[in-house]
Amino acid sequence: MLAKRASAAPLDRRRFLIASASAGAGLVIGFQILPKFAHGAAPAAGPLKVDPNAFVRIAPDNTVTVLCKHIEFGQGTHTGLATIAAEELDADWSQVRTEHAPANAALYNNLHWGPVQGTGGSSAIANSYDQLRHAGAMAKAMLVAAAAEQWNVPAGEIAVAKGRLNHAGSGQSASFGELAELAAQQTPPSEVTLKDPKDHILIGKHAPRVDSKSKTTGQATYTIDVMRPGMLTTLIARPPIFGATVASFDATEALQMNGVEEVVAVPQGVAVVARDFWSASKGRDLLSIEWDESTGETRSSDQIMAEYRTLADQPGLVARQDGDSDAALASAAQVLESNFEFPFLAHAPMEPVNAVAEITQDGCEIWTGSQLQTGDQMTAAQILGLSPEKVTVHTLYAGGSFGRRATPDSDMVAEAVSVAKAIDGRAPVRVLWTREDDVQGGRYRPMYFHRLRAGLDEDGKLVAWQHRIVGQSILKGTPFEGMLVQNGIDLTSVEGANNLPYAIPNTLVDLHTTDIGVPVLWWRAVGSTHTAHSVEIFIDELAEAAGRDPVDFRRELLRDHPRHLGVMELAVEKSGWGEPLPAGKARGIAVHESFASFVAQVVEVSLDGGTPKIERVVCAVDCGRPINPDQIKAQMEGGIGYGLGAILHDEITLDGGRVEQSNFHDYVPLRIEEMPKVEVHIVPSEAAPTGVGEPGTPPIGPAVANALYQLTGERIRSLPLSKHELRGA
Amino acid sequence: MALRITVNGEERTVDADPDMPLLWALRDHLQLTGTKFGCGIAACGACTVHMDDFPVRSCSIAVGDAEGAEITTIEGLDSPAAKAVQSAWQDLDVVQCGYCQSGQIMSAVSLLEETPQPSDEDIDAAMSGNVCRCATYVRIRAAIHEAAKRMEG
Repeated sequence: MLAKRASAAPLDRRRFLIASASAGAGLVIGFQILPKFAHGAAPAAGPLKVDPNAFVRIAPDNTVTVLCKHIEFGQGTHTGLATIAAEELDADWSQVRTEHAPANAALYNNLHWGPVQGTGGSSAIANSYDQLRHAGAMAKAMLVAAAAEQWNVPAGEIAVAKGRLNHAGSGQSASFGELAELAAQQTPPSEVTLKDPKDHILIGKHAPRVDSKSKTTGQATYTIDVMRPGMLTTLIARPPIFGATVASFDATEALQMNGVEEVVAVPQGVAVVARDFWSASKGRDLLSIEWDESTGETRSSDQIMAEYRTLADQPGLVARQDGDSDAALASAAQVLESNFEFPFLAHAPMEPVNAVAEITQDGCEIWTGSQLQTGDQMTAAQILGLSPEKVTVHTLYAGGSFGRRATPDSDMVAEAVSVAKAIDGRAPVRVLWTREDDVQGGRYRPMYFHRLRAGLDEDGKLVAWQHRIVGQSILKGTPFEGMLVQNGIDLTSVEGANNLPYAIPNTLVDLHTTDIGVPVLWWRAVGSTHTAHSVEIFIDELAEAAGRDPVDFRRELLRDHPRHLGVMELAVEKSGWGEPLPAGKARGIAVHESFASFVAQVVEVSLDGGTPKIERVVCAVDCGRPINPDQIKAQMEGGIGYGLGAILHDEITLDGGRVEQSNFHDYVPLRIEEMPKVEVHIVPSEAAPTGVGEPGTPPIGPAVANALYQLTGERIRSLPLSKHELRGA
Repeated sequence: MALRITVNGEERTVDADPDMPLLWALRDHLQLTGTKFGCGIAACGACTVHMDDFPVRSCSIAVGDAEGAEITTIEGLDSPAAKAVQSAWQDLDVVQCGYCQSGQIMSAVSLLEETPQPSDEDIDAAMSGNVCRCATYVRIRAAIHEAAKRMEG
């Protein structure tokens, strides 16, 4: 809501203008992430103001509904958030349900981001923990007050457990549901007492997923399942190269297809509006479109990488500097240099992106797997010339996202709303993407080139470290720029590199930000997807040059970082690092912090002909106080699988600007037979809980590469592995 | 064109071109949305249904070719194997985003009806066509073994 955003902090005029430039049309409706709420930072100091009614609803039928401001797209957030609230409420887990909260920046903002509602950066539990504990405790206090009033006994004598209130003295007892109405009339308390963690019965224990039942019976509703009366299905023909536009089109044949109702131009391309998917699909195949490619990106990915290699010869913008690394390198006994190359990656969630938009008398309703609800709301409002509160966003479960649904420009919502507008709002519109649309539709993890240089002294001590990164900025020109691009440096390009934990006296991290016409986006673990890879492989190279075991070498360098050491030692212990392996098998290790959680992985690999077989992964994770250990395990398993598939098989390549891959036959997903055994160990901790959605992904690539080196004697520095002929040494 | 198909034990009529994929007849015309669209080229398994008790990718079967066959979707699963699979899936919290899981379960049920005590190799072979981008594979394997145990006991 605009008024609330303005009052949250003074708005810098320059950032305001940036928002309007990116909005394009001159209408300055766009959200801003204010810089004081930097990525991962704690919320502003001051008493936490929580409205319990925004988060907890108790119904007369005794169900407890936790309203979740974050989207559930597999990462278990609804289960985790509900666990926190239910713990303080003392509900019985069997009575707990969850619902997606509506779009409302005042009530449901991500407390790490300022006045924006959204899910990302593995921040859901971290930003919600205190908020939901308070909400649960306040709701419990209101139930107690209601019971005290109804039973005419002192509140302090009332006990609450497993969804029931009891007064031992008088023998009176009631369920939450029986007191729900009276409790709703109570004034929320201004202070509450939170449980001592030693009394936790849900947090840190086993609370089954709230969505397992609906997702195993075909009952769960995703955006693709939404059916509105009279709804029309749309497929959009998009440009063959990014940035091209429609010069002209002929829809004559398409309109003759049975089921096709209209063909309209929208900013994103040419939209075929039909009564069902099949008609829309056949209609789209019959479109004849002339594209103006003069504004498009025509480079191939080979050309782009060649440009990156050249750029890497020049100094970039400095992201971090300690001491004098040039001088230290010049006087080092040994200098090593390695280059790493990373491809574009698609997210390819199982449910290709989509959205439903319905223009109504009063405004607009949207159904989508929304990862940035208030951004979606504002984008829809801008397109339709409405005020944002007239746009209702229904967030649904999404069939995966991995970052794809967090588009700062709300691309899928913009498409649905644009089509609805183009047909004068005469029917609800859903826009579906096919798998080809998805694989070829951009919003990729960018390509990157890394150059690392380091110096060792005569004793094999690491004295200098230089890390140069070349690649696109994900956030320049988006509403996240104010928060995440500082002094020209997109922090997501260098995260994992600029916060190197290794104790090296002279360091330099610098960045070249490139201008490529391919739309890019954050992909599960973002910067760490490439920085962890190059850093952890290069550290292994240095260990070898110093004649040291990779774990011993890291142990010394991590001496000031107990949480990195903690996960490393746990993974080492549980994996049997150092014990002999049968011939043809080797181990590799990687340690990485991302999104304030710490993960170490030891992998065991072998080679089957030229194909790497990842047999076992031992994963240690420190995410602070564990809320739901089984879900932490699941996210480590999933993050490992997601990262592994990418490093084994995946790249998006361009030829003359055209994406060469199109579906799962050539953008190859990990399959069950490739999934290793995964053992997860959680470091016991009472630190504030941090996320696990992304941190499992960065270490798998370098751990596998480090293990393969032991078998082949060759360092692999470009991905995917399928590009390389691997041979046992 | 009016086409008659038998779905979950009921005869249903679909007004569509016979070349429309069965998947979209089920979803768009019969509102049976439990069967999902993932790729359209039989590479991901999200659209798996049973056709005369055999697991098939409904995105690559024309609805015209489904006339006369008995189609079972996730909504219509009701057998000892189905109960064992779904309960094992729930107890082990296999799902994450859940979008692929209808297809996974359909394939797993077919596997267990054919091979009541599958080995890991049997599981890999039968389930390889079902992609999970959330990589719930570790738990899928475990749940199939658990379901096999439950069917035995």
